[in-house]
Amino acid sequence: MGFFLETLLGGLMTGMLYALVALGFVLIFKASGVFNFAQGAMVLFAALAVARFSEWIPAWLGMEQGALSMALAILVGIVVMIAVAWLIERLALRYLVNQEPITLLMATLGIAYLLDGFGPMVFGSAVYSIDVGMPKDPSFILESVFDGGVLVSLEDVYSAGIAATLVAALTVFFQYTKTGRALRAVADDHQAAQSIGIPLARMWVIVWSVAGMVALVVGIIWGSKLGVQFSISLVALKALPVVILGGLTSLPGAIVGGLIIGVGEKLSEVYLGPMIGGGIETWFAYGLALCLLLVRPQGLFGEKIIDRV
Amino acid sequence: MDMTDSSQLAAAENSGRRRFGDIILDLQNISLSFGGVKALTDISFNVREHEIRSIIGPNGAGKSSMLNVINGVYYPQEGKVFYRGAERARMEPYMAARQGIARTFQNLALFKGMSVLDNIMTGRNLQMRSNIFLQALRIGPAQREELAHREQVERIIDFLEIQAYRKTPVGQLPYGLQKRVDLGRALALEPQMLLLDEPMAGMNVEEKQDMCRFILDVNDEFGTTIVLIEHDMGVVMDISDRVVVLDYGKKIGDGAPEEVRNNEDVISAYLGTKH
Repeated sequence: MGFFLETLLGGLMTGMLYALVALGFVLIFKASGVFNFAQGAMVLFAALAVARFSEWIPAWLGMEQGALSMALAILVGIVVMIAVAWLIERLALRYLVNQEPITLLMATLGIAYLLDGFGPMVFGSAVYSIDVGMPKDPSFILESVFDGGVLVSLEDVYSAGIAATLVAALTVFFQYTKTGRALRAVADDHQAAQSIGIPLARMWVIVWSVAGMVALVVGIIWGSKLGVQFSISLVALKALPVVILGGLTSLPGAIVGGLIIGVGEKLSEVYLGPMIGGGIETWFAYGLALCLLLVRPQGLFGEKIIDRV
Repeated sequence: MDMTDSSQLAAAENSGRRRFGDIILDLQNISLSFGGVKALTDISFNVREHEIRSIIGPNGAGKSSMLNVINGVYYPQEGKVFYRGAERARMEPYMAARQGIARTFQNLALFKGMSVLDNIMTGRNLQMRSNIFLQALRIGPAQREELAHREQVERIIDFLEIQAYRKTPVGQLPYGLQKRVDLGRALALEPQMLLLDEPMAGMNVEEKQDMCRFILDVNDEFGTTIVLIEHDMGVVMDISDRVVVLDYGKKIGDGAPEEVRNNEDVISAYLGTKH
C-alpha cells in the first residue's frame, strides 16, 4: 500500500509539470485560436535565459551568487519573454490577421525553430543549472501508518503548489476580467473583436507574454530538477496528449489532463508493465489521448462548438 | 447638390415624426482599389445624424467595401472622409468603435464559444474602467461596475426579445437569433452610428419583419444614425430615409426611396437594359 501511494504521488507530481506545459498551449489557444507549436521552444528559451543571466549578473555586477542575483535573473527572464512576445507580434502575427488557423499554426512552427536555434546561439548550448533554492532532499511522510513511510520529494510538492496557484490566477483572469473577455473574443473572431474596439496587437502581446511567463515558470522548475538543456523543448510533446485529454480551451482541463496522464503512466508502468514487457510510460499518454479522441473529440472539458455548413 | 439634399430631407422629415441633425459623416470623392481592381471610384455622399441611410446595389457593386471604408478597415487611396466635422486620418480598425461607430456582419462573426450574455457583454468592454486586479477579485467598485454593465446588457436582451437564450452558447442558436445577438453586441457599444451589413440576408419573412422593427426602434428610441446595406428592395424602400445606389464601384443614384426607384440608371442596373 505504501508503495502504491508512493507511485501515485510521484505520478501526480510529474502530472503537475505536464499540466504546466499544457497550460501554455491552452492559454494561447484560448486567446488567439492558435495551436502554438513554439511553446516548448519558449520553455527552453526562458530556461536558458534565466540560467545564463543567473551566472552573468553576479559576474557583471561583482556580487555574490545568491537569492538576490537569482531574483534579478528571473526578472531579466521576464523582460526577455515580454520582448519575445512583442517581437512575435511585430514580425509575424501582425501580418496574419484574419488568416486561417492553419496559417498561424505554420507560423508558430517557424517561430519554434527560430527560438530553438537562436536561444543556444545567444546563451550557449551546454547543460546549465538553475538553482532557485528548492529543497532537494526527499522526505518521508505517514511513517506511523506505513512501514518505512511514503517517500515524497519536497521539490515536487513546491512545484505542484506553484502550478496550482498559476492555474487559479489564470482562470480568474480569463473568467472575470475585461482583458480576459477580450482575449476570448479575439480567439473567436479577429474582425468582430476589432469592430467592438479591441486592439488586436496589444491583446496578442499580452497573451504571448503570459504564455512566456508560464514557459518561464516551467523552465525554472524543470531546469532546477533536470538541468537546462535542449531536451527541455521536447517536454512540449508530452503536453500534447494532455491538452487533447483536457480540452484545448479549458485551463482546469489542462491540470486534470496532466494529472491523469502523470498518474496513469506511472501506475501502468509499475503494475501493467511487467505483464507486457514494460516501456508503457513512453506511449501510455498518446494511447489514452487517441482513445479519448474517438469518444470526445473536444476533450474532457473543452467547449463543444457546432459548425453550421 | 445641397438644395436637393435639404429638400429630400424635408420630405423625409415631414413623412415621419423624426428630426435629422447635421451631417455626421461626409465622404468626398472616395476611390479604393485592391491592386488593379477598382472597388470604388469617386464616390461622394453624406450621412446625417439620426437618419437611416441605405447603400444598395447588385452583387460586387462595392457596398461592403464602402462600409469598410466608413469603419476604418480600408483606407481609400483617394478622397476624404469627414466624421463629426473632422477629417479622418489613417487609423487602426479597432479605433472606429472608440469613435462611436459599431457594426454587424454579413456573415455572422459572433464569438461562438461564448454565451449570448457574454457576447453582448464584450460590447461593453470599452466602457469598463475598473482595475484588472479589482475585477479579478470581484470586489468593491469593480463589482458595482460589472453589475451596472450587466443591467445595460439585460436591457438590450429584453429589447431584442432573446431573454430565453441568455446563457446559451451562440453557436447553438438558429441563424435569425444569431443575427439578433450580432445586433445586440453592436448596440452594447451605445454607438452614435450603426453600420448594418445585410442584416436580413437569409431570413424568412417573419424574421425580416422582426429585424425591421428592431432597426426602426433603435433609430427611433436612441436616435442612432444607421447606415445599412441590404438586398431586399422592399425592406430598403420601406425603412430608409435616403438611399445611395452603387454599381461597379460607381455611384449611380442618390436620394429618397421614391426618387431612386424611378431613376433610369438604377432600373437598368437592376433589371438590365434593352439593347
